[in-house]
Amino acid sequence: MVAMPESDARSEKKPPQWVENTPPAYWVLGILLLIVPTFASNFVMFQIMGWTFILGLIALSLMFLGGYGGMVSLAQMAFAGFCGYMIAIFGNSAVEGISQGWPWWLVIPLALFLTMLFATLVGWLAVRTEGIYTIMITLAIAAAFFYFARQNYEVFNGFQGFNSVLPPELFGVDWRGPVAFYYLTLFWAVAGYAAVLYVSRAPFGLALQGVRDNPRRMAALGYNVTAHRVAAYAFAALIAGIGGILLTWQSAQISPGTISIQAAIDVLVIAVIGGLRHPIGAFIGAFIFVLLKTFAVDVLIALGLGGERFNLLIGIGFLIIVFWSPDGLLGLWEKLRDSRKRDPLTGKGVE
Amino acid sequence: MGDRHGQVHLRRPGGPVRTMRRFATRHPVWTAILAVIAALLLWMIFAVWPDGFEEVFGRKKVFLNALFNGITLGGLYFLVASGFTLIFGLMRNVNLAHGSLYLLGGYVGYFAADITGFWLLAFPIAFVVVGFFGIMLQILVFRRMEGEDLRQTLVTIGISIVVADLMLWGFGGDFYNISPPEWLSGPMSTFFVTAVKSSGEPVFMKYPMVRIVIFAASVVVGVAMWLALNKTRIGMMIRAGVDDRDMLSATGARIQIVFVGVFAFGAGLAGIAGVVGGTFQSIAPGEDIRFLLASLVVVIVGGMGSIPGAALGALLIGLAEQFGSVYFPTYAVVLTFLIMVIVLAFRPQGLLGKA
Repeated sequence: MVAMPESDARSEKKPPQWVENTPPAYWVLGILLLIVPTFASNFVMFQIMGWTFILGLIALSLMFLGGYGGMVSLAQMAFAGFCGYMIAIFGNSAVEGISQGWPWWLVIPLALFLTMLFATLVGWLAVRTEGIYTIMITLAIAAAFFYFARQNYEVFNGFQGFNSVLPPELFGVDWRGPVAFYYLTLFWAVAGYAAVLYVSRAPFGLALQGVRDNPRRMAALGYNVTAHRVAAYAFAALIAGIGGILLTWQSAQISPGTISIQAAIDVLVIAVIGGLRHPIGAFIGAFIFVLLKTFAVDVLIALGLGGERFNLLIGIGFLIIVFWSPDGLLGLWEKLRDSRKRDPLTGKGVE
Repeated sequence: MGDRHGQVHLRRPGGPVRTMRRFATRHPVWTAILAVIAALLLWMIFAVWPDGFEEVFGRKKVFLNALFNGITLGGLYFLVASGFTLIFGLMRNVNLAHGSLYLLGGYVGYFAADITGFWLLAFPIAFVVVGFFGIMLQILVFRRMEGEDLRQTLVTIGISIVVADLMLWGFGGDFYNISPPEWLSGPMSTFFVTAVKSSGEPVFMKYPMVRIVIFAASVVVGVAMWLALNKTRIGMMIRAGVDDRDMLSATGARIQIVFVGVFAFGAGLAGIAGVVGGTFQSIAPGEDIRFLLASLVVVIVGGMGSIPGAALGALLIGLAEQFGSVYFPTYAVVLTFLIMVIVLAFRPQGLLGKA
């Protein structure tokens, strides 16, 4: 799925090499995800899985920037929301005074293009800084966009935002139907995951990781450090933008609440809970976050705490994870695997 | 540590007068522009406005009020941001829970003033309680992950989420307002003329007493901090630590104690700012993020780790917010971020930050 080596003459009768190279866990997970609609309820498909894939995509864009580029950006939710707004402004919504009602095949590429443009500008500003400064600057930019969208009534329709932003009825399918939406989000989640894995092994991704590890050396080798970083912002914004479009379609609306500071921090929480080391972490984190967000109220009430203490639960969980395992759940998993492989007496690895 | 060791890596910043003179010789055009703007502002503040002028800028009273509100709000921002920038400058710790410290200070101050009945008592109590909280943060969190910027940031975000929810749990979503004592409430006459009556009698501007007092206090705090940093032995150690931490600890300074002290002081300042904010405006859930963002913008504009930078940034942002809300109300909040973006684009280290 990711790297498809050319099949040589010998493998004509055997399955192609990538089939053998893919670990069994991928096959199990892939088949399981494909057959989810046969046993899951509509709520699970649309709300839980759909939302997981969408948030996973947005967190994936943060994972790409943070994990491979070393730039932790809190503006990813702003990019996603920006793309959702563009869909609503150029496409159809209930706010007819603003929405242009252009056809989807024009609106979607345009929205993604504008999002990448926006991200390039933000990236150009943000890469002038490093490390923690980047976090603060992107947080401030996300906040600025949130306030701007909330105050601007001419283009962003202020506090209300846009409602009835629906996906086009392509091939006669209602893409907001639970099964159709499930496969739609699954497709884009897999595509985003594959794209990030591919880019991370492509020359650009390798150079980006080099820039993350030692910018001065990369500059001395003749790489344009700033250009690589800004391009990483643009690529990440493409993924976030796709997530933003799906998010807008899922709730059929986009409003300043979608891009609030809380939401920006949620994306960071998701990416960090999962782990910034590997793209799958974004989806693991999103799955846990969605499960918590959906069922925490029941758990909290069962504990006698009252449902509104959700943030406390997620905050403590987040704290525990970042305190003890900076690489998130993936890091915990790796630690566990390493300790299993180790001989308890000598402490050396056993093959 | 011996003084001769301390001297080695101390950068003598020079007095403010010398800095200004150096600026004037280096950038004569900018100095001229700044001087013209300053002269115009002074004229606008003290002169009685001609009629044509009022048509463009609105009434003078509105202008003066915006100016005063901006300056006093800048004082509040300075109180919050100076602690933030001090902690960052010395320890490279990004404390994104700083807004929570502010809000905690506000609540502590409210209950202290409510229970004891003395408004002034709220300040030391908030300072001590929040400062203690800061010490716990420094010892339990930051000392364990020294040099790991990203982890510190994430952990403090986590702490701010938890603390915000705990405070929401404990104090509810209501607005709390700390009321100043009798002798501070009510307006005070100033010597600024806002208009001239038809009888020829000048109308003087009235301004809330408590805001002026609080602003004066924040100026005193700022000047005291500057003096303490530049003229005392502890200040010398702190500045040396900002420049080269390892070298300072190699000279035998008890750097961990300095760290704890600075962290406690910075946190305590945030607590005091919380009391001030609760008197100025009100405290409610969400104010923590607002003031965290404000102090972020202030220190980014002014320059990370610089106290004069924090003062300049706070003044700029406070003025921008107030003038923005008077002259173009819709985008007042965006204006502050616009300033930040412009500063970042042309001077990434901040106006007074070191390159």
